[in-house]
This record gives sequence, C-alpha cells and structure tokens, in this order.
Amino acid sequence: MLVSEGDVLEYDVVVVGGGPTGSTTARFAARQGADVLVLEKRQEIGSPVRCGEGVSLTWLDELEIDDYKKWTSQKVVGARLYSPAGNTLEITEKMAGDEVGVVCERDIFDKEMANLAAREGADFMVKTSALGLIKDDGMIKGVKARSMGKNFEIHSDIVVGADGFESQVGRWAGLYGAISPNDIMTCFQYRMADIEFDSRYTHFFLGSTAPGGYVWVFPKGEGIANVGLGIQVSRLDGSKTPKDYLDEFISSRKEFEDGEAIDMVAGAVSVAPPAEKTTTDGLILVGDAARVVDPMTGGGIVNGLKQAKIAGEVIGECIEEGRFDDEFLQLYEKRWRDRLENKLWRNYMAKEKAMTLDDKTFDKVIDALSDLGLEKMSVGAILEGVYERYPELIKEFEDML
Amino acid sequence: MKPEVDNDICMHCGACVGTCPVNAIFLKEVSVEISDDCAECGLCVKACPVAALKGGI
Repeated sequence: MLVSEGDVLEYDVVVVGGGPTGSTTARFAARQGADVLVLEKRQEIGSPVRCGEGVSLTWLDELEIDDYKKWTSQKVVGARLYSPAGNTLEITEKMAGDEVGVVCERDIFDKEMANLAAREGADFMVKTSALGLIKDDGMIKGVKARSMGKNFEIHSDIVVGADGFESQVGRWAGLYGAISPNDIMTCFQYRMADIEFDSRYTHFFLGSTAPGGYVWVFPKGEGIANVGLGIQVSRLDGSKTPKDYLDEFISSRKEFEDGEAIDMVAGAVSVAPPAEKTTTDGLILVGDAARVVDPMTGGGIVNGLKQAKIAGEVIGECIEEGRFDDEFLQLYEKRWRDRLENKLWRNYMAKEKAMTLDDKTFDKVIDALSDLGLEKMSVGAILEGVYERYPELIKEFEDML
Repeated sequence: MKPEVDNDICMHCGACVGTCPVNAIFLKEVSVEISDDCAECGLCVKACPVAALKGGI
C-alpha cells in the first residue's frame, strides 16, 4: 500500500502488530465484514523469529486450521523432563501413533496466519510503526503511524493492540504499567546443529541451571534443535546473562560435544497474571500484550490465538451494533476470561510455587512422577500427578486443579 | 546516568523495552533508544539476554 506524508486512511479496525494474534484477530473481524488494516513494524511478518517454536495441536479445530504440516518442522510424540540430578520423567500420550505437538517454523506459521487474514479481506502494511493513539472526546479513534519515512494517520472505530511483550499500545491506553521483574522471563536460544537428542521428544531441564525458568531442547529434525532457556529477571544480579547460563549448560553436557550454533535468538516473555483490564473506549488488547502467556510454560501462541478469535468475533458484533465503548467491549472481556482465565491463574499459582523449589525437591518430584506413568502432556496432568504424591506442594491452589 | 546500548551486541529483541517500568526505551528498526525519561533503575540491564546494555545502575 502506498501512503504519502499526511495521508488519512479510514478503516473500521486497525490492528497494531502482525504476529499470530494480530493476524487472527484481523482474520475473524474481516470475516464478519469489518474493514481491517494490520500494521507490522518489521519489514517481514514472522521474522526475526523470537520463539522456542514448540506448540501443541489441540487447538486446530477451534481456530479452523486444517493444514498444520506446512508450518511443521518436526512432529513430537512426547516430552522428557529432567531434574538437576538427572532423574527423568517421560510423558507420552497413548493415542494411536498421533503426535501430541510439533516444533513449528514460526516464520512460516506467522505468514500463514497473515495469509488466512488476507484471504478474509484484511489489509496489511509491513515496515510500518504505530507512533501513538488518536483520541477524540475520550474515545480512541485510530493511530498515528510511520511507513518508509512517511507520517500518516489511520482513523478507525477500534484499535487492537497486538504488539506483544513490549506492547506500547497497552501503555499508551493506560491499561497497565510495568510488569514485576518476578513475572518476566528473559530468554536466549541457539539453533544447535550436530547434537545428540531424541528428536521425537521435547526436552525440559528444570532447576537452578535456569533460575526461575527452564532449559528447553526442541527438535527441528534429526540432530538439530532449538536449545534455549528463560530466567526470571529478579534472579539476575548482573554478573551473568541468560546467554552465559545457556553457554554453561551446553558446555556441561556431552550431547552438545560436536554441536554448532547456527543461529541466536533473544527475547523476553511475561509470566504474569492476565492483564486486569484489556479494553477501553475504542480499544482492545490481545495476546502477549494482554498478558495471556501461560505462566507455567511461557507459551503464548495458543492462548493468544483463542483470545484473538474471540476478539475478532466481538469486533464483528461491535460493528453490527455501532458500539465501540468500553461498556460494550465487556463482551470481549467476559468471553475471553470465561475461556482462558481459570487456567491462567492456576498456572500462575503453580509457577509461583515452582519458583520456590530447590534442586533436591525437583529431583524428588520428578522421581516420584516417573513412577506414575503420566499419559497426558499438559501442565494440568503434571500438577495432578504432583498432587497425588506431594499434596503439600499444591495445597495453596488445590481447589484450582 | 541512563544505560548505554552497545548496538554491536544488541539483538533488538525488546526484552529491555517490555521490562522498563517507565516506558523510556524504544525499539527502532536497527537500534534501541533510551529517552531521558529513564529512571536509572537498571532493570533493563538485568533483563538484557546478552549484556548489550551497560551502566545505568
């Protein structure tokens, strides 16, 4: 799309951020007949990748995705969790040879989500930054933007903040301030080639090797994997970076003896409770910007997509009713919270507890769980297993199980 | 003193941007800028995965 300095574009909806939740909000809003424009500040949707790329497949029907193979790098049949002393818990689902998850190609995934939105009629502008919100009589009525050196405005009935962990839209709208350093994981990852891990499993290393977080090894094929970690910001004293922790982990293990790093990824993710408020007059937040990342796993895609579908559908209703005020937008607030909030809070409580455990406790718990033969790869199933063996660890939130 | 960004090391990942309590850090296309709103709390320095931010504490 060509714009000139000072142009004013008119849309029903402007979405700030061309990640999967931005595109998916656009997709479902456009399907309801909305004129939608998605702004992406980078020149390429999906790149650079800032993700471990492991994702479950349980949500495909809900999101109406029929072909996941085009963005799948490696199918996974289960997970292995390792305690600091090397005790191992293997979780495989006994489902007629079905894979329980995949390690995806995030750049292809993001572009496919954008493609689905474009096919519903959404417009996209890449290499275009939002600079601020336009307000009129208390309502948010669009964004100021800049593309290829040109400043212009988009006037809209509703703005969607889908701008991720570092969301500016949420802050501009006054919906939240800072996140506690306890609730931020700062992450570093290499793509490692020529390593020796079973590529049918995702691998998770728990304990002080990644304080407050974990190390992941997510296979991208035979002998190649995303190897990364997240560390709670409040546990860092400035003497060691996440990269230092990962380098130490890699040099301590023989599986990486011949390994070569062929890319580097950095980033951060919130493991906070969901934002208290995700709407205001003429604006909603979705995805990482709404703080719906799973606090236990740090995974943001699935919750974000489920929330984005609800957002798109509610926007359709807004247009039908001609209502974009905060009171009407409570429809969105209520529907996504009914769908996602209980599990977000349960996993937040579980994360808070897990962060207090020392290495010996991880050894003990992993050892006890490996006897149980867990057959479901989910945080809920693991928590139920822990509850069976160590109810005292779950006591504070047992009613949420 | 606000922190200094070493753009030879910075990976433009946005970890410092989301961590900053006063919204004083901005991710540009090929650089990171810290405005004078910086409260010198040093959290961004800790949050940086690769030590591309120096000083500021």
